[in-house]
Amino acid sequence: MEQTDTLICITCPMGCSLAVVHEGQTVIQVTGNHCNRGPRYAQAELSDPRRMVATTVKVRGGSKRLLPVYTAAPFPKSRIFELLAVLRNLEVEAPVRADQVVLANALGTGIDVLASRDLS
Amino acid sequence: MRQYDVLIIGAGVIGCMIARWLSRYELRILLIEREADVGMGASSANSAIVHAGYDPPPGTLKAITNVRGNAMWDDLAGELNIPFDRRGDYVVAVGAEELPALEQLMEQGRRNGVPGMSLISGAEMLRREPNLNPLTSGALWAASGGLCDPFAVTIAAAENAVQNGVTLLTETAFEAFVPGGIQTNRGVFGCRWVINAAGLNADAVMHHAGVRPEFRITPRRGEYAVLDRAEITIRNVLFPVPSAKGKGILVTATVHGNAIVGPNAQDIDDKEDRATTAEGLDEIWRGAHKLIPALNPRHTIATFAGLRACGNARCQTTGVNYDHDFVIEIPKPGFINLGGIDSPGLTAAPAIAERVVDLLKDAGLELKPRRDWNPIRPAPPRFCNLSTAQKAELIRRDPRYGRVVCRCEMVTEGEIVAAIHSPVPARTYDALKRRTWLGTGRCLGAFDMPRVVDILARELGIPPTQVTKKGPGSEFLVRETKSWDEANTDSHSVGAYEAKV
Amino acid sequence: MKQKYDVVVIGSGPGGLAAAIAAKRAGAHDVLIIERDVELGGILQQCIHNGFGVESLKRDLTGPGYAQRFINEAQALNVEVLLDSMVLEITPERHIIACGKEAGLVELDARAVVLAMGCRERTRAQIRIPGTRPAGVYTAGTAQRWVNIEGYMPGKRFVILGSGDIGMIMARRLTFEGATVERMLEIMPFITGLNRNYVQCLLDFNIPLQLSHTVKRVLGSKRVEAVEAVQVDERWQPIAGTEEIIPCDTLLLSVGLIPENELSRQMGVKIDPLTGGPYVDDGFQTGMPGVFAAGNVVHVYDLVDWVTEAGLIAGRSAAEFALGKRPHPSADEKTCRTKASENVRYVVPQRVNAEALTQRPVKLQLRVLHPIEEPVWVEARNGDDLIARQAERYARPGEMLSLDLPQKAYDAVRRAETLTVNVVRRRA
Repeated sequence: MEQTDTLICITCPMGCSLAVVHEGQTVIQVTGNHCNRGPRYAQAELSDPRRMVATTVKVRGGSKRLLPVYTAAPFPKSRIFELLAVLRNLEVEAPVRADQVVLANALGTGIDVLASRDLS
Repeated sequence: MRQYDVLIIGAGVIGCMIARWLSRYELRILLIEREADVGMGASSANSAIVHAGYDPPPGTLKAITNVRGNAMWDDLAGELNIPFDRRGDYVVAVGAEELPALEQLMEQGRRNGVPGMSLISGAEMLRREPNLNPLTSGALWAASGGLCDPFAVTIAAAENAVQNGVTLLTETAFEAFVPGGIQTNRGVFGCRWVINAAGLNADAVMHHAGVRPEFRITPRRGEYAVLDRAEITIRNVLFPVPSAKGKGILVTATVHGNAIVGPNAQDIDDKEDRATTAEGLDEIWRGAHKLIPALNPRHTIATFAGLRACGNARCQTTGVNYDHDFVIEIPKPGFINLGGIDSPGLTAAPAIAERVVDLLKDAGLELKPRRDWNPIRPAPPRFCNLSTAQKAELIRRDPRYGRVVCRCEMVTEGEIVAAIHSPVPARTYDALKRRTWLGTGRCLGAFDMPRVVDILARELGIPPTQVTKKGPGSEFLVRETKSWDEANTDSHSVGAYEAKV
Repeated sequence: MKQKYDVVVIGSGPGGLAAAIAAKRAGAHDVLIIERDVELGGILQQCIHNGFGVESLKRDLTGPGYAQRFINEAQALNVEVLLDSMVLEITPERHIIACGKEAGLVELDARAVVLAMGCRERTRAQIRIPGTRPAGVYTAGTAQRWVNIEGYMPGKRFVILGSGDIGMIMARRLTFEGATVERMLEIMPFITGLNRNYVQCLLDFNIPLQLSHTVKRVLGSKRVEAVEAVQVDERWQPIAGTEEIIPCDTLLLSVGLIPENELSRQMGVKIDPLTGGPYVDDGFQTGMPGVFAAGNVVHVYDLVDWVTEAGLIAGRSAAEFALGKRPHPSADEKTCRTKASENVRYVVPQRVNAEALTQRPVKLQLRVLHPIEEPVWVEARNGDDLIARQAERYARPGEMLSLDLPQKAYDAVRRAETLTVNVVRRRA
């Protein structure tokens, strides 16, 4: 059955308000977008919503107690807390370089978790 | 049971000053304070003014100790190395109808023995303080009025007392009198004399002693606002014409350069209730605007409320009809009773201490002067007041003075560490704030707080989660960021606050 | 350390880093950054979330990741760095006194100075929340430092006042670390941060938001025990009867930022009351010769990308001044004033020298007073003459707008004494 939902596109700071006509996970029509990233976002949000995840992990022997990390690609939204639980118990060894892999293939998603910065 | 000659209950400005005065004699003295630091009650929030003494009715203990205390402040400030600025004060009349009150005050001041008073014209007053209400009709000038730092005087008196052998115990609360001493939460202490300097709780202590059952302390709350010195400079101490409830809402300079406005006067029931209110802040702004219409509430950098320990003791002098006098007496052997020490208690503190010494002497306590008594309390360095060359030298001696921790007030790590390890150690954030003035600037500690918590933890050898703002129960932090799991999330630890509101 | 530098930059956030890099690129030889923290990057180091660099680098970076790129470049260009050091004083002759735990007391001279001290957060006193003064009332930035850098949680149950980006991002961050955000309150009838943060920080985690609500007072004597929330009317006045006690142990304030200009004031730089930052010209030179300003110290930006862009201009100008290629601001009669006019809160720069247009276009940046949720013109006029205009899809107070003065406007700008800047509906 056809349904219309309003989504706010989060691809860029503009935050367009999208009117999405869809049937289940299939997008039929999107209006309100100012660029072609809008419909793409709408489709993804219906079928497989994902978010960038940024958090910290413990670091041993570094100048700081925590190392900021981020997912190399948007991560399945429903599994964010699962990912955070893994990262919470992870401890890395300094020195670390920016974009170094901290956790490879997180939860089998194929997405790596990377260091945000250098830490010596 | 540890045995003392004199045990003082309460380390506010009065208790600390008495301890300091008594420390010049060969006595074993214990000063107890239920809070985590000295000076946290009535002494912690007031107008910071050393009053000239024209306000209290002639013949009252308030009048006598005010004028005497005022005269003692130059020596006191010199010996304790604390800020004191005898810049004089004004009572400002707005409109012709307020002029007669100035003459009455002046006459009262004369009878109290206040030196250096004169009446000045409205035009002259406006010349001296151009921001004043253009309807200013005249003013009473009292040259002996001054500004002080109420934290500094209390802390310095306590430090000087400790330097001279007094034992100070914080987080130690009076519970009851027992034969030969008092019971506290830290056990029983034996003593020959007990001095009641419990401030807001002085009534409870005297009732425990079976003295003055009719005496009551009514907390009278006064709210204040501190104004950013970068936005407005007030050079003078400006009182309105006083009312029945007190000296009224003033606008004054402070020794730290920020102007303050306040206080209002609200009698409340709760001796702990230092909350500010929207209505109260409106009231002090109305009062402030009466004197200086151009003051802008948006330049506020902090608001706070203090409680005055208002008593109901009748003045003992024949012919004086006054029901809120200080109590300074020996109602029974071994017990010095003080009570109702509200304004001008801060000014009068040294005179009250002097009087307590006289009372003890008259009561036969042997007071043998100590040869090694040192009246000088050395002031720790204040980095921002030094010349560039002095700063360089200080950092060379101790590099910690090179790290600025509070940028608004320019307080360094060296000053913080010195305060933590001073004779009356600062063990909380607020204790450091009162000693170094950190966190009192326009960012209200947003920048320094994590850094200060870190330094306190390091110097006290405790985890940061145990560092407090003002004693147990006021911890800044609850746990380490990573120390939790799903089975034990914070969302499960929901308390039942509703019942308490 | 040298005695004399071509350019000294105060602060190493995005504005300062960009200024130092640009100064080097423009030919300044000795460039020094003085930073009060123990590392470069400023506040970016605690902004561990992503969303940085989307506009300028076309990449979605984290704060530390964004900083890292500029730190690497500054290092590659041999920018000198004085860390863990606070500037105590700068004279109008650009004599600088700073101190640090390891550096000791340092005195040096700069041919040009770039002020890049950033901004600070508005506090409880500035928005007047009465009540008690317990532990547990923190600015969002302070909490962010504790959680992300120091590794400590400042509370378990939070109420956040203010729906700006920092507040929303902290709501998500605290949720990630196991805390509960009981409520977000916003005094305005709309969220003040970006829509995308509303989605990915609040909606995603079911954090309740109440618009047109504020905190009436704080309860609790030692630690926060609750706050009293209240609804407000159009004039932000509490509506009696709408009070609600929300139990919590922490109140986070995310109620706006103020440019940090203590040092600028101390040295005598004139401050624009509209922006809270120095008056600057098209090269970000302040009213004081040789003193430039970059980033949030000038006015509070919405995106880091524009801070970097401004820093690059300020750094280049500072280098030009140091090398004798840029005139004193006062000596120049050809500058024209910009003036915030219809629905404009402020415009930066406040002065434009037409000669700058012989080199490149000049970008004006501005914020509107009121939201307009339909297409608008951003326009600059000299009297009735239209000098430049740009179309935008909407105008919101939380998001800056910009307007490029094109090089072909040289003559018009040269003739103008004042450029008035307006944001108007396109339909009208």
